[in-house]
Amino acid sequence: MRNFLNIIAFLILFALPTQAQTQAPKYVEGEGLRIPVYSYAGLAPLLTASEDTIHVINFWATWCAPCVKELPYFEELHRAALPVPVKVTLVSLDFRKQLVTRLLPFLRERDITASVVVLDDPDANAWINKVDATWSGAIPATLVLRGAKREFREQSFTRDELFQFVHTFME
Amino acid sequence: MNTLRMAGMTLLFLFAVSTASAGGYQVGDKATDFRLKNVDGRMVSLADFNSAKGFIVIFTCNHCPYSVAYEDRIIALDAKYKDRGYPVVAINPNDPAVQPQDGFAEMKERAREKGFAFPYLFDEGQKIYPQYGATRTPHVFILEKSGKDLIVRYIGAIDDNHEDAEEVGKRWVEAAVDALLAGSAPATTSTKAIGCSIKVKKS
Repeated sequence: MRNFLNIIAFLILFALPTQAQTQAPKYVEGEGLRIPVYSYAGLAPLLTASEDTIHVINFWATWCAPCVKELPYFEELHRAALPVPVKVTLVSLDFRKQLVTRLLPFLRERDITASVVVLDDPDANAWINKVDATWSGAIPATLVLRGAKREFREQSFTRDELFQFVHTFME
Repeated sequence: MNTLRMAGMTLLFLFAVSTASAGGYQVGDKATDFRLKNVDGRMVSLADFNSAKGFIVIFTCNHCPYSVAYEDRIIALDAKYKDRGYPVVAINPNDPAVQPQDGFAEMKERAREKGFAFPYLFDEGQKIYPQYGATRTPHVFILEKSGKDLIVRYIGAIDDNHEDAEEVGKRWVEAAVDALLAGSAPATTSTKAIGCSIKVKKS
């Protein structure tokens, strides 16, 4: 009986990490890059605010022309030395079958050094409102967070518009 | 004079704000008819469909990968529901000056390639999509005929999986039309999906 319990305890101990592993992010790799692929549950922690950093989260895809047009401004924002640190996260909504063939080469060619993650969670109706209730689902869309301040924009930005928008979080 | 002008400006401003924030139809609103050019060269209005009980109006286009991913499902919706009284009416809301793949000639070409058996209309001048409140492609509005009126019964996505038609769980448009055909209200009346923004010249 004691042995039996030990075996059960042993099995539970080993079952736990296995279950944790299924929660860990998947990755898409190539072109010297390793990009995490999340469900919305995996992405959600990245959408939380802090006081000392401005979080800029941009929803985009390589096939979205206005997204691609404004992407260099987000990369510039990421590289800029600003009075308050800015953390840029580029959330790619690219299709599964284009991650290796299209997303990774795109990031390599454009030399994108800002943080990129893939959101692979097709039932968007279940999570769009969690990002922001005013989001219709069109991309590009951008969420900016700092402390209690939170702004969401379903629009594309010029360089000046983006920098001015983020500057309103510097005060 | 100055006060009058101020009052006028304020009124104008309020009007602009209220029309901007109206943001198109809500479920239960009356939809307006339109008269738009089809890929076959004819002008099409919803009033032309005498025997229809309603419509599956879909704002969609050529270039958007989400629209392309749904093309076969849109064709299937029309095939399934046209004879039951709910034909698909597709409308391209994009400005070809911004997105050349969505020009009228390109629409004709795509409709021919895919064998669209439903109208594929061009929202020339982009007057109709803002009335409906479409913001992305594809964006579905299910309308039900009620006397002389067209009542909006569903706004949103076709189903819950753009990536893979085989993995779809919830078929929202089918469920809504089935409910309307059975004389009941759709259980789900509004959903959201990722899509391409509607292409407009930036002012």
